[in-house]
Amino acid sequence: MVNGAAPAAVRAQAAVAAVVDPEMPMLTLDDLGVVRGVEVRAGGEAVRVTITPTYSGCPAIEVMRDDLRTALAEAGFAAVEVRTVLSPPWSTDWISAAGRRKLAEHGIAPPAGVGPRSSGPVPLALSAPVDVVRCPHCGSAATDELSRFGPTACTALRRCTACREPFEHVKEI
Amino acid sequence: MSASESHDTAYDSLTEDHGADGQWAFGTGIEDVAAEITSPVPDGVDPADLAQYCLMLGDDALICSHRLSEWTTNAPELEEEVALANIALDLLGQARLLLARAGHVEQAGRDEDALAYLRPELEFRNVAMAEIGDELDFARAVARLLLFSTWRLALLQRLLTSRDPVIAAVAGKGVKEVAYHRDYAARWALRLGDGTAESHRRMQAALDGVWPYVEELFRTSEVEVALTAAGVAVDPAQIRAEVDSVLDEVFAAATLTRPQRPGIGTIAGRGGRQGLHTEKLGHVLAVMQGLARQHPGATW
Repeated sequence: MVNGAAPAAVRAQAAVAAVVDPEMPMLTLDDLGVVRGVEVRAGGEAVRVTITPTYSGCPAIEVMRDDLRTALAEAGFAAVEVRTVLSPPWSTDWISAAGRRKLAEHGIAPPAGVGPRSSGPVPLALSAPVDVVRCPHCGSAATDELSRFGPTACTALRRCTACREPFEHVKEI
Repeated sequence: MSASESHDTAYDSLTEDHGADGQWAFGTGIEDVAAEITSPVPDGVDPADLAQYCLMLGDDALICSHRLSEWTTNAPELEEEVALANIALDLLGQARLLLARAGHVEQAGRDEDALAYLRPELEFRNVAMAEIGDELDFARAVARLLLFSTWRLALLQRLLTSRDPVIAAVAGKGVKEVAYHRDYAARWALRLGDGTAESHRRMQAALDGVWPYVEELFRTSEVEVALTAAGVAVDPAQIRAEVDSVLDEVFAAATLTRPQRPGIGTIAGRGGRQGLHTEKLGHVLAVMQGLARQHPGATW
């Protein structure tokens, strides 16, 4: 619905904030941390949104672009540009606190913190990480990694040995 | 349904008519890959060299991705099929960016699709390790991926500071992705190498089989010499010690023996980086380019 009364920048922010991730729809793109900027231009007629991909090959970015265009058109913007930038690379540290809570509520274990990247070579990890990933269903810390690669680019598969439920875990990058 | 409408799932967009906007690489609805692609060529860098170097890094990823995708519906376990497909997808994403950058700087009117699907074999710049394939032998997939990703990770690590903004950005994302690929392969090498007598025998045989293609990974081409001096590229000869030390750590844990086999050599000093390939690349391109060549301009 076009709401001409609210300032364009507020309308644009609100429209962008409501768009959800196509693969993990409990998260908004804001929660996921992929929205890098929303700029209103041309006296409020045009808007430019800048987003960044999670993984290099993640096909969801195309749906995100589509959904952002639709949401901003519905918010009354005549010209919508969605740009993709690669640098700096996305990190799971950019997932918001609300996003982490929503993931857990929907049965997906949120990522642990990564922190700043060290500059040396990435150390070889010959066994699965020992970090405690709590089961999002029963809260037990007794969980195993089944596979590093899950149904989407950003998740791994795990299993809880206490409640025996399998679950996805957003792996840290 | 128009392209501007939202979709219930990522796959709904496949059924739409995208008119002139469709592309091959990922199928329908794919647009310009990133804003950085059109950055100017850094000062003092020959655009032709930069285009060639982007093709080297991009073709390694594209052809390796295609070979990994051959495991889809063929892997021994569903989890491994998903893993190999995920790894292929990461590499395809890296390839798209690098081919788009090559197309932009060469200024010959070729986009990423033209470079991937309409380029003849002699213009491909990938190393043989990417093209030789796995022959549906899972141990061979593990060996090839271990060697390829350990090497690529060391390259990307140094390319983080490349003066070319696209190469640096691809490296920034790629380091995180390829570290996962390497660790996946290293863990399987450990599990098979230090497993049963039969799994050990097959893992060692697979490693021996792909070893002749290792030497080429560290051979420096003229383009790499020029672009290393310009602060854009990495001299692959310089990363050998680091790659060897990672491989030795894996081999020791996995009770595998470092093969003593000669490399495949060159023809008058030329190899994959100069467009001379094994017969395997022809097989890859026949499959990968077949549809695009039989139906020129078709989109889906």
